[in-house]
Amino acid sequence: MIDYSKILSDTVQSIKPSGIRKFFDIAATMDDVISLGVGEPDFQTPWSVRKAGITSLEKGKTKYTSNSGLELLRQEISNYIDRKCGVNYDPKHEILISVGGSEAIDATLRAIITPGDEVIIPQPSYVCYEPITQLCGGVPVIIETLAENDFKVTPEQLKAAISDKTKALILPYPCNPTGAIMEKADLEALAQILRDTNILVISDEIYSELTFAENSHVSIASIDGMRERTVIVNGFSKTFSMTGWRLGFACGPQEIIAQVTKIHQFAIMCAPTTSQYAAIEALRNCDEAVADMKAEYNRRRRLIVDGFNKAGLTCREPKGAFYAFPCIKSTGLTSEEFCEKLLEAKHVAVVPGTAFGRGGEGFVRASYCYSTEHIIEALRRIEEFVKEING
Amino acid sequence: MRNELLKLLSQNARYTVEQLATMLSVTPEAVAAEIETLEKEGVVCGYKTVIDWEKVDATSVSAIIELNVVPKADLGFEEVAQKVASYPEVEAVYLMSGGYDLNVVVKGKNLHDVARFVARELATIDSVTSTATHFVMRRYKEMDVKLCEGEPDDRGTYLL
Repeated sequence: MIDYSKILSDTVQSIKPSGIRKFFDIAATMDDVISLGVGEPDFQTPWSVRKAGITSLEKGKTKYTSNSGLELLRQEISNYIDRKCGVNYDPKHEILISVGGSEAIDATLRAIITPGDEVIIPQPSYVCYEPITQLCGGVPVIIETLAENDFKVTPEQLKAAISDKTKALILPYPCNPTGAIMEKADLEALAQILRDTNILVISDEIYSELTFAENSHVSIASIDGMRERTVIVNGFSKTFSMTGWRLGFACGPQEIIAQVTKIHQFAIMCAPTTSQYAAIEALRNCDEAVADMKAEYNRRRRLIVDGFNKAGLTCREPKGAFYAFPCIKSTGLTSEEFCEKLLEAKHVAVVPGTAFGRGGEGFVRASYCYSTEHIIEALRRIEEFVKEING
Repeated sequence: MRNELLKLLSQNARYTVEQLATMLSVTPEAVAAEIETLEKEGVVCGYKTVIDWEKVDATSVSAIIELNVVPKADLGFEEVAQKVASYPEVEAVYLMSGGYDLNVVVKGKNLHDVARFVARELATIDSVTSTATHFVMRRYKEMDVKLCEGEPDDRGTYLL
């Protein structure tokens, strides 16, 4: 009989599958589950964007685009990043259109890591950075961000994590799952450490439009001396509710983007053509749709934060993304126990903080990509649950 | 706060004052006061429930009736519109641009009931010159709410 463990790479086998899948498989067997688990918008892609995709199909735009993506879209992305972040990228050489932000992260890490290189990854954070680093033969160096620092990376933590093998720093802000953002002064402090190094910052800004104070998203690329050592990763999924279209992009120095594009060319060829045509419409004409969605997220955000605090679970104000990250330590349960018991007793699904790194222990992630009625019912059940646990 | 409050109330009149206050980031007192003002000013005219009557009472019918009206010299359409609106059978009255003047939504126990109402009451009003009755066959959406089964939430729950 064939021994597949001899076929599969040691690295792949050493990477643990996400434990969350099993957990949500249980949820899927219950018929009245109220989930706060999903990490994607509940809104539809704005109609004009869908229409632009349909029109491109009607016109027969069904071929590959150039490897980097449609030039017109790269131009629009260049304008957009300039308008939003105040950083200018040459659409011809410094922008790559990718299959979601995920592919841009993967290809960038593959372009820079030589086996043994260290990549600094703040956690709790999105789950892809560590396994991709490992698949490239890199060594993840984890910074555990703390609630008392509002889950920001501090300059002290960064200094302590840097070694002569450090190749890159992942900067995932606004942050899934904590909702943390890094403000200008926070980024300045990190920039001061990074400015004279050969460390690349991979700034995953996929939630950049979802910050709730006025103009509160700052890209580290806009800080003095950082543009030349930063790759911005962003995309259309969260901002324009376009998760299924699989479209993202990377902006960075030509020397790096050229190599990332090489990988993208061999692995992917080009991002989906229909999605690229739709995305042009998204960048040109959807400011109002984005503002409406953001206003709705903001109302839900206030509701859910207030609800957790009233239920006795301390919840800091998440300043970005669309998650609340309440502390559940007061229940005496671990994150996983809390989630399992809550699912069993009240049929409410939230994600244990530990899914996002060890530092997530004591917290759970609740998404507010749901209608207010749905959120209100979930909060009612959670409050009941906490009361019963605390006797 | 006013416009956002109205938007929320139009979506769901059963939000509590506390929930509204939280979503709008203001005090419950401020919300309560604003709602009272809106009611007094006649901006908020009532609170009703969206009901799919087909599920409880399959026999009742609704019709949309197009009325052509001769406007009065000094009152225009006002007098006849007010008169039509005062019938309990009438659910809604709109003055229209285009091919006819008043759009009237009428509800009745059955087809005959509505037909009788149109023939005896609406058609006989002096200034009404013609009527055209369209019966509603099925309701799909009422006051922004879809009445048919909604799409299931098929987002992958295990994705992070």
